Amino acid sequence: MRRELDSMDDSAALIAQVEAARAARTPLRIRGGDSKAFLGRKVDATGIDTRGHRGIVQYDPTELVVTARAGTPLADVEAVLDEAGQMLAFEASAFGGGATMGGMFATGMSGARRPWVGAVRDFALGCRVITGEAKHLRFGGEVMKNVAGYDVSRLMVGSFGCLGLVTEVSFKVLPKPRSTRHIALEVTPDEARKRLAQWRRAALPIAGACHADGVLQLRLEGGVGSVRGARETIGGADANEAFWTQLRGFSLPFFTDARPLWRLSLPVDAPNAALPGDALLDWGGAQRWLKTDADANEVRRIARELGGHASAFTPGVTDSPFQPLPDPLMQLHRRLKAQLDPLGIFNPGRLYADL
Amino acid sequence: MSFKYDEAIDGVLPDVDRGELAAALRAQAPGLEILTEREDLRPFECDGLAAYRAVPLLVALPSTVDEVRAVLRIAAARGVPVVARGAGTGLSGGAMPLEKGILLVMTKFNRILEVDPDAGIARVQPGVRNLAISQEVAQHGLYYAPDPSSQIACSIGGNVAENAGGVHCLKYGLTVHNILKVVMLTIDGELVTLGGDSLDSPGFDLLALFTGSEGMLGVVIEVTVKLLPKPQSVKVLMASFADVVSAGAAVAKIIGEGVIPGGFEMMDNLSIRAAEDFIHAGYPVEAEAILLCELDGSQDDVDEDVERVGGLLKEAGASEVRVARDEAERQRFWAGRKNAFPAVGRISPDYYCMDGTIPRRELPRVLKGIEALSEYYGLKVANVFHAGDGNLHPLILFDANKPGEMDRAEALGGRILELCVEVGGSITGEHGVGREKINQMCVQFNYDEIAYFHAVKAAFDPSQLLNPGKNIPTLHRCAEYGRMHVHKGKLSFPELERF
Repeated sequence: MRRELDSMDDSAALIAQVEAARAARTPLRIRGGDSKAFLGRKVDATGIDTRGHRGIVQYDPTELVVTARAGTPLADVEAVLDEAGQMLAFEASAFGGGATMGGMFATGMSGARRPWVGAVRDFALGCRVITGEAKHLRFGGEVMKNVAGYDVSRLMVGSFGCLGLVTEVSFKVLPKPRSTRHIALEVTPDEARKRLAQWRRAALPIAGACHADGVLQLRLEGGVGSVRGARETIGGADANEAFWTQLRGFSLPFFTDARPLWRLSLPVDAPNAALPGDALLDWGGAQRWLKTDADANEVRRIARELGGHASAFTPGVTDSPFQPLPDPLMQLHRRLKAQLDPLGIFNPGRLYADL
Repeated sequence: MSFKYDEAIDGVLPDVDRGELAAALRAQAPGLEILTEREDLRPFECDGLAAYRAVPLLVALPSTVDEVRAVLRIAAARGVPVVARGAGTGLSGGAMPLEKGILLVMTKFNRILEVDPDAGIARVQPGVRNLAISQEVAQHGLYYAPDPSSQIACSIGGNVAENAGGVHCLKYGLTVHNILKVVMLTIDGELVTLGGDSLDSPGFDLLALFTGSEGMLGVVIEVTVKLLPKPQSVKVLMASFADVVSAGAAVAKIIGEGVIPGGFEMMDNLSIRAAEDFIHAGYPVEAEAILLCELDGSQDDVDEDVERVGGLLKEAGASEVRVARDEAERQRFWAGRKNAFPAVGRISPDYYCMDGTIPRRELPRVLKGIEALSEYYGLKVANVFHAGDGNLHPLILFDANKPGEMDRAEALGGRILELCVEVGGSITGEHGVGREKINQMCVQFNYDEIAYFHAVKAAFDPSQLLNPGKNIPTLHRCAEYGRMHVHKGKLSFPELERF
């Protein structure tokens, strides 16, 4: 029997708060567990708490879909899926315990499996959202394929609550891998990237590749045979799951360094040596965590030249934690915000100063 | 309500002189190929939905970004609508021209600009054919995963516009999951890059919003796609069932047991017979339903899954389970499914293909509903089904030469889509809304949701010049459709049971 989660529909109260905010022209700061409140710019506004609106609305393992209210704790949903042998495969980043489904959806941050199975947005199927006009609307749904209308659900993923208040989310789930193994290999970051490219073309069942402290940590996931075969091909030493749990929780020794933390999203082939400070290479090279005292503009310039972008994960390092956008793109952002949240109610300035 | 653009409902369009517009385009972009003669325009009057036709005001065939920009800027200055089109294989009339509009044909943008086998990406122009990408990168052991049935002809720009799928979606996703970056031109002629060379980008996910937007938000200029290594082993099983419901239950059982097949298809008896007559794939013509289950991956994993799935199919009541013995037999099993549409075309003068999606658990109810509707309208329906992801393709058989049959087929199709919405599904899984399902949008979405879509559109194209009359109905249209549907407070066809 599946465990029963606490369930409550608090949408009427949320809509009433948005209506009141509209009437008084006062902005709202959307919050769930506030585990990611440190990300982005500070929002000086009245809090609106989604945690009263919680519970799983629908979950049928044979449909591979789960729908939950925004305030449901992420860990609770993961536990329910785990009991059925399934998972949210994107392994959302965990910053402490209180993360909610809504916050995970709105920040869109994926974990170590992302390059191989997909991101939060790739698994998002639908959502309900309270709009800038205080309407409670539904987009997408619980089916795998749905191309009717614009893909508003995926637009909401990673929008940091700047376009509306997400009240309910539907995700595609996947079966947990039948077999998993962990390996550690002592190689340089550049050698690691070279080998990863070879293994990628050989279709080895890699579902995690992170280089830290001179060691490439690999996670293999798949059928029993393919994982055994890959273990033999790759060599190295057996390792365990602890590294990956610490990586997900940002509790590896790397993260205790006192210098500001940056996240760089880069093409996989960007050389690590080009980065100032100490870098931890995740996502097989597509995501680098950087500890550096370098000036924000300098970090940005390097990221841009390498073909990616940089976000500051330590508050106060820069007034624009997310990489500023080129003009025509920023223009589209402003117009979209003006259309969907004309009174500027939701999380003003969280993503960029004038959004 | 006719399929034709109706200015009273879809919005007023300016009257523009063809010769004068062509002269302005030539002055601005001397190298631009423009077609204005009726016999030259005629071949462009429809896309893959051939029943929906309109001859465009003129056709522009640009070969440079500057030429596309010139077309858009002149159109914007004059308020002339623009319909972008690739290979024209779409099945929902998304590239149907407007009599008062420019048809912007992107087929000259047909170059593969860059392949990076190590990074697993290719940068291509929008007119490149879907299959041409996989053919080009095959030398590196790679392929581009989305494989719509038109992949031999359809172009990647259109795939982005429609968020095209294919038979391997359940495991490999749709176009949105397989692209990294799109460079597009806005109606103002501004070049904007959505997404990037890294796995994510700062700001809103406009790449996801743009994918599947049916040419309403901008014109695709360049696409960076992800490439996957070709699986080491591919095997396909075919299982026969004495009834459709057990076949549906078998699908749920296999997925519930943790197997995600590369492809998972179902066909009903009418489709099986039509396909077998046409292709001689070796299908069991007595079966009420067959399932085709393709497993791909490493040799060991595929062998393990073939065992497991074979057992589960038998447990679920399959009367026969066959594993294709070799590549030739695998191709034959698939040939029947892939040719199901033309096969049905042989047994009926015309057919109309629907594209609804449903939660799989609703399959028995929906099939029963389709059967009842088929009887009511007096038209046969053959069911072909992407069983793994709940995407139905009912094929409605009719004869356009018999008075009233075309209208009945359209009415029946509309009812099937409404049934999909009723059970929590969608009116379109992969073919798009286009012009074809514009009215059913009013069923799937309420007034406020439609208004929200218009707000999204307004951020990109405030004057509504890109592909007007498609994808998102005007609120006026929904009001009209609602009036037609609920006449004097009564639903149409009150005698029919509502499923």
